[in-house]
Amino acid sequence: MKKADIDKILKKHDYKKSSLISILQDIQEVNRWLPPEILKQVSEKMNIPLIDVYSLTTFYKSFYLKPRGKHIITVCSGTACHVRGGPRILNEIKSQLNIDVDETTPDKNFSLETVRCLGACALGPLMVVDKKYYGQMNPKKVVSTIKKFSKKK
Amino acid sequence: MINLMIDGLDVQVEEGASLLDVAQFYGIPVPTLCHHDGLTDYGACRLCIVEIGKGKNTKLVSSCTYPAEQGLFVRTNSKRVVEARKMLVELLLAMCPSSKIIQDLASAMEVKKVRFKVEHGDCILCGLCVRMCEEQMMAKAIGFVNRGKDRKISTPFDAKSDVCRTCGGCMYICPACELRCEGPDAPGDVCGGCANVEPVCLEDENDKMCFMDPCGWCYNELGRKKEKEKKNNKL
Repeated sequence: MKKADIDKILKKHDYKKSSLISILQDIQEVNRWLPPEILKQVSEKMNIPLIDVYSLTTFYKSFYLKPRGKHIITVCSGTACHVRGGPRILNEIKSQLNIDVDETTPDKNFSLETVRCLGACALGPLMVVDKKYYGQMNPKKVVSTIKKFSKKK
Repeated sequence: MINLMIDGLDVQVEEGASLLDVAQFYGIPVPTLCHHDGLTDYGACRLCIVEIGKGKNTKLVSSCTYPAEQGLFVRTNSKRVVEARKMLVELLLAMCPSSKIIQDLASAMEVKKVRFKVEHGDCILCGLCVRMCEEQMMAKAIGFVNRGKDRKISTPFDAKSDVCRTCGGCMYICPACELRCEGPDAPGDVCGGCANVEPVCLEDENDKMCFMDPCGWCYNELGRKKEKEKKNNKL
């Protein structure tokens, strides 16, 4: 992300201190995560102490201070998905991508996350890739789904 | 001016004063930990809690952050307040038993044991250092990071801060990160040293009263002398 792009977002919000969350959300939408340099730039341009920006981003779970991949894989670990074999799905993805939960593959293509419940227990065990739901998963389907997204890179 | 009643005392205070200001102005002792003259009040330690209201509708509020209101009925040392304070000190002690300030508070309130798992931490998240850094040192180098059980005080990205001048203000004001209070007794989780020492001054010296607070600070000289005498008597 270029410095000019950040300036554009800052200008859009009129450099208002009360819009800090929206600004960071807008930046994250483009950049996928918030690197230290971007936080420093925002803090300087908006005249907010860096520690305030850092406190805010560590307080909310929806801000990511670690690199995130192009495709976000979310595995449901709710009760219904758990009894239907959610952990097996998760383990399969872990071994396929060779990463742990909340980590990103070295080629920055995939990030793995878990979620408590997605509210679609009838489809369980459930896996979400880029906000698209893949229901009634099994280890075989996991492999083919991941392959589908690996090819596109 | 606002009229209110504090510990059965009808008092008049100026608008904008906190209940703690009122109590301190009229000489009513209210224990504090995260309050400091010159820093804004934050209400983190809750030790300054007072009971407001009459009858069944009473509430415990932190007096440092509660503004004085017209006709308020305040009790600073009711049974409920004292019991709650004791519990708070016990919890603080469990978090940080090495702090002399907390040990002193515990002995002043006669907290004799800690019933919780002792963590031996070095931070009670009172926020004094954060406010010191921001308000007195004008640096704003440290702040609260993360939340819930992971909340801690740190610099941005846990790295050396560009705005920190290493003035040491945060360490100066910290009530927790200091050397352990070595009371006269072998220290356990609660040293209670200062509370458990019998007052020696009045017995030994009839014509003067010692005002050291807490009592027992003179133990090193007089206490040793007394112990020797006791031993000699036994022999």
